[in-house]
Amino acid sequence: MSESSGAVPMVRAERVHKSFGPLKVLKGIDLEVAPREVFCLIGPSGSGKSTFLRCINHLEKINAGRLWVDGELVGYRQHRGKLYELKDREVASKRRDIGMVFQRFNLFPHMTALENVMEAPVHVKRESKASARERAMKLLDRVGLADKAPNYPSQLSGGQQQRVAIARALAMEPKLMLFDEPTSALDPELVGDVLDVMRGLAEDGMTMVVVTHEMGFAREVGDALVFMDDGVVVEAGHPREVLTNPQHERTKSFLSKVL
Amino acid sequence: MTVPTDKEPSATPAAPPPSPEAIVAIPVRHYGRWISAVVALSVLGLIGYAFSQGDVNYGAIPDYFFNDQILRGVRNTVWLTFLAMLLGVGLGVVLAVMRLSKNPVNSALAWFYIWFFRGTPVYVQLLVWINLGIVFKTINLGFYQDEWADFMTPFLAALLGLGLNEAAYMAEIVRAGIQSVDEGQTEASHALGMSHGKTLRRVVLPQAMRVIVPPTGNEFINMLKTTSLVIAVAYFDLLQAAQDVGSESGAAVEMLFLASVWYVILTTVFSIGQYYLERRYARGSARRLPPTPFQRVRANLRSLRRPEVAK
Ligand SMILES: Nc1ncnc2c1ncn2[C@@H]1O[C@H](COP(=O)(O)OP(=O)(O)OP(=O)(O)O)[C@@H](O)[C@H]1O
Ligand SMILES: [Mg+2]
Repeated sequence: MSESSGAVPMVRAERVHKSFGPLKVLKGIDLEVAPREVFCLIGPSGSGKSTFLRCINHLEKINAGRLWVDGELVGYRQHRGKLYELKDREVASKRRDIGMVFQRFNLFPHMTALENVMEAPVHVKRESKASARERAMKLLDRVGLADKAPNYPSQLSGGQQQRVAIARALAMEPKLMLFDEPTSALDPELVGDVLDVMRGLAEDGMTMVVVTHEMGFAREVGDALVFMDDGVVVEAGHPREVLTNPQHERTKSFLSKVL
Repeated sequence: MTVPTDKEPSATPAAPPPSPEAIVAIPVRHYGRWISAVVALSVLGLIGYAFSQGDVNYGAIPDYFFNDQILRGVRNTVWLTFLAMLLGVGLGVVLAVMRLSKNPVNSALAWFYIWFFRGTPVYVQLLVWINLGIVFKTINLGFYQDEWADFMTPFLAALLGLGLNEAAYMAEIVRAGIQSVDEGQTEASHALGMSHGKTLRRVVLPQAMRVIVPPTGNEFINMLKTTSLVIAVAYFDLLQAAQDVGSESGAAVEMLFLASVWYVILTTVFSIGQYYLERRYARGSARRLPPTPFQRVRANLRSLRRPEVAK
């Protein structure tokens, strides 16, 4: 993996395990995401991609192993060799630095697009309404939806909703963005707009972990790519290498199905 | 490409096709409707006739409609309804959140509360509240102490009896509302760094309102009528006022009619309020809100004045 610079990795996973009851979903994930890197995660359905992403911002608790974001343990504090669980409030405050975009958008349906983007800055960061509104408008403009500010999510297309969701996550000025299949609930002709926004983010140097089935995007924009199957990392490398010249049988058979 | 599609506007810019002749047909006759209307009207007429022939002094109803005692009873009934519902809704939300909490003690407590208060008739609860002096001779809250009998006024007994009972029902309504909200909403809110409390207040409850408001309106209207039970604790509500006035004026039954008319008026007013509240919480769920009856009337009037012009 990219160990080029001596900088603290944005995400570091060390033998991360996660089970739901008897079901073992993650069976020892090791990986590193460097700052400003676009890190793509691919793999068959049920391989644990979403689960791993949710572990990164502690929406799921891991059962074993260690997970760091920007050098800090996720969900715990280590003190004299012992782990202490963080309080809900501390977990919440760490999540502010991590933006997340969901497959099904999850916009707040009772708020307009503008209100969706303003919500967290005003009610979590305690930013003034005026300044939050100004920034929210800029963000909506950046995702190409300034004219949709007063619309409710139900009045927007899927692609527009997803772009509002990206603006909403950006409003907290995160240092890391997690994308969980942001385009797989979209009609094909709407995928491009969302990918364009993500490409723009990558160019601006945002660190991104992207679960995706868009191999074109991974090849073009990705700096690193990991193929996961059955809760383990099967193959990792530069997207172009992995996608064009996969080494493992499982990677080959997966790629032959999706490409 | 030889098949002309009707989507292509450039294909045929010729004259529009002549519109077909308007349909003239004899509509289906609904004889059943006529029959049921005749039956219903005659039954109503018979009942009305019976009441008009009865020994009822109808004149007493308008005479006493705005009687001071009656108006005081109306005020007390409305006031008690509001406060009991406020207590019921407030405590109901707390109970619902406790019931859904990860903390087993909270959830068991809430379960027990709901089980207990739903399991006993509210009339009995009212009587128990006023007679609880048998258990607690005095009350001592540190800053306030008193004899139970002086502390537990009819008003307080009525409020506690109705409100605490209502909380048990509201808890179930609120719980259903909270559970109706998609989990992705909580997740998105947490991912933005919102706390549990903020998520509940800003994201979950506002969406749960769509499910909560209609049955709560029902509860409100029920409460308005259930307040008539507070006669058990000698609180002066509308029914009590009607009975007092009735026995003074000798028009006992007439005053019950009068009270009924007042109850109908009050429930009607509340129903209208409920309609607007439901509309408010439908925000975002539909692409456009349906017009209010008032807007509909205005739109109809406008269309009468200015007939639609074809473009
Ligand atoms: N909350 C949960 N409780 C129980 N099992 C779960 C839970 N969340 C996920 N799982 C299970 O964990 C496994 C991995 O799920 P996950 O959503 O991480 O897969 P994925 O790789 O994202 O798949 P997809 O491409 O279909 O989104 C699945 O078998 C799923 O059923
Ligand atoms: Mg997934």
